[in-house]
Amino acid sequence: MSTILEIQNLKKYFSSQKAVDDISFSIEKGSIFGLLGPNGAGKTTLIRMITGIFYPDAGNILLNGKKFDPVNDVIDIGYMPEERGLYKKMKVGEQAMYLAQLKGLSKQDAFNKVKYWFEKFEMGSWWNKKVEDLSKGMGQKLQFVTTVLHEPKLVILDEPFSGLDPVNSNLIKDEIFNLAQKGTTIIFSTHRMEQVEEICDHIVLVNKGNKILDGSVKEIKQQFKQHIFKAELNQLPAVLQHPSFNIVEQKGNNLTLRINKGYQSNDILLHFINQQSVIVAYHEILPSLNEIFIRLVEGTPTSRQFQTVTA
Amino acid sequence: MNKIIIIIKREYLTRVRNKTFLLSTFLLPLVMMVFIFGSAYLGAKSIKQYKIAVKDETGLYQNKLKNSDAAFYGYPANVSMSNYRKEGYDGLLMVYSKDNATADSARLYSEKELGLATDEAIKKQLQKINEERLLLAKGVSRAIIDSIHVQSENEELLNYRSYKVSGTELKEGNKKLSSIVGFISGIIIYITLFIYGASVMRGVMEEKTNRIAEVMVSSVKPFQLMLGKIVGIAAVGLTQLLLWIILIALLMTILPMIMSPEMMQQAQSGQAIPGGAAQSSSAANMIAQSTGIDIAGANWPLIIGCFLFYFLGGYLFYASLFAAVGSVINEDPQEAQSLMLPITMPIIFGFIMLTSTIQNPSGPLAFWGSIIPFTSPIVMMGRIPSGVPESVPYWQLGLSMVLLVAGFYFTTWLSAKIYRTGILMYGKKASWKEMIKWAFTKA
Repeated sequence: MSTILEIQNLKKYFSSQKAVDDISFSIEKGSIFGLLGPNGAGKTTLIRMITGIFYPDAGNILLNGKKFDPVNDVIDIGYMPEERGLYKKMKVGEQAMYLAQLKGLSKQDAFNKVKYWFEKFEMGSWWNKKVEDLSKGMGQKLQFVTTVLHEPKLVILDEPFSGLDPVNSNLIKDEIFNLAQKGTTIIFSTHRMEQVEEICDHIVLVNKGNKILDGSVKEIKQQFKQHIFKAELNQLPAVLQHPSFNIVEQKGNNLTLRINKGYQSNDILLHFINQQSVIVAYHEILPSLNEIFIRLVEGTPTSRQFQTVTA
Repeated sequence: MNKIIIIIKREYLTRVRNKTFLLSTFLLPLVMMVFIFGSAYLGAKSIKQYKIAVKDETGLYQNKLKNSDAAFYGYPANVSMSNYRKEGYDGLLMVYSKDNATADSARLYSEKELGLATDEAIKKQLQKINEERLLLAKGVSRAIIDSIHVQSENEELLNYRSYKVSGTELKEGNKKLSSIVGFISGIIIYITLFIYGASVMRGVMEEKTNRIAEVMVSSVKPFQLMLGKIVGIAAVGLTQLLLWIILIALLMTILPMIMSPEMMQQAQSGQAIPGGAAQSSSAANMIAQSTGIDIAGANWPLIIGCFLFYFLGGYLFYASLFAAVGSVINEDPQEAQSLMLPITMPIIFGFIMLTSTIQNPSGPLAFWGSIIPFTSPIVMMGRIPSGVPESVPYWQLGLSMVLLVAGFYFTTWLSAKIYRTGILMYGKKASWKEMIKWAFTKA
């Protein structure tokens, strides 16, 4: 797999704070990439630089190996910002056509693609409705369609599921997988960690303008595991204690155990087997991304403090 | 470039298709014409003929006062202050005499005010008869007096005109017209600056508060978005102005045809212009006759050309400033008020300067007001109708135009930088200090 986007030592300082302070990472083509971080961590600034809205103070953005050109590369990018909206008085069809043409599609092209997506999402009857007549969920659906209809190579979604009911959330989630399968790269930014675990291949966690975590979801979970196992036995053994573990929690025959240093999970199993206990279930408990997120970000004030920047 | 055109098209079409645009475009000229013709008609109607009872001690004026539109004279016997109302008269004219050889004194009594027109008509008649009496007393014969009267009414003995001299050329002075045209075009520019400027501001605010801005600027540059909006609304403004000009011209030719000849007569004779030409159905003539203004005498191509230039120039100068203000405010319209003040003040100053410019189109206030781009669109339009190059030398017109163009380049450049930062700022209102900081730092 090749790299579609490479961020090299990107910096953006505002007068009151270092919004993005020397961040580097790269994104594989066709992957779903999670960009995570608490409020005010610098995610939006980072995304605005990737979409060409802001110019970085220092560092490079490479798109497909070439330096990112905000004017000509917008056709390859679809961006759905967290703060998003549409012209209320405009008709749904015209609105979609307008945004498609601004991306650089010809009128005919735009028309065909809007038609295709409207049919796909069962929005055909909305064409002559005004945007203000749509419900919030319908508006979000339209917003998603306008983001992806010009078939960008890189789609950036900032909190794409806010305001959507479970049915429409699943519809968009399926579409995200669908696009990734076809080779579209997706950058997904959210605070909802269960969605990240479900969707993303690779994540980067930023806090206070710095990257503090970078890797695949699996790797990161391994990295942060606390060696905790869950064992279910048909009956408790006569001698429960063993130097290989400590009991964290005990609920009847269900045990939560932490392995002590120098031992492996099989040492615990062997102990139980030697004690003639029948093991019904035995598995490792990996930390959720939510826990990892909170652990890493804890201690940071909920909002960034303003600082003077000399750069 | 192509993207700006797409933006312009959207801004233009959404506004022109709007019902309020159609309503204001077609109703305003109608209301204006109804107002103009209505007031002319009412003005003509308001001259009422009053019945005046004449009590003449001298006997000189008996049966000699001529009836007019404003006064009808009667000579009832034994009329007095106590009974003229009962006899059916509105007023009592008493003429006293010291002796038969000198001028007499006359008094008009009435219960209610009889109006200036009646007053003037009576005074004129009395003076005329008195004059005749004096001439007769000096030995001028009755025949000679009559023949002079006839001659004076047939010919226009006193043909009064004023001329402007420029070099060897004589131009007919047209003070009344130039001040009216100047004032009206100045006011139109003043009003349209506010209407379309506010329209730009509202458009920017809409994009910001509905959170469209960030979606848009991921496809187009903020500058393209701002310029597209400004040019689109300029096109709306031009469309509206052109439609108004066409509609007013149409109504000017149609309305006089609809109005009955009787009303026309009244409208004309009401103003009592001496030597009024034969009845004509053209509105230009009608206005000429009713107000003494010669519309055909003005340099219309120059005035209209300059009007369009100063309308566009003034609009472009201020529109980007309005856009900048729109970009820094949030939902609260109160914020708009305080931030708009520094922009609206010079426009209002321009309007105040316009009134004194009309009175003295060549004075120093008029000169500086028409050169400085903040006020020049309004003030210069007050000067141009009084004559180029007599009142406004070519160099002044040129300088004013160049400065206005340079001015709108500057304001657009400045506003674009504020706008770029402003539209993506949510939550708080920027102060002027912050806006200036944005304007002079790099992106």
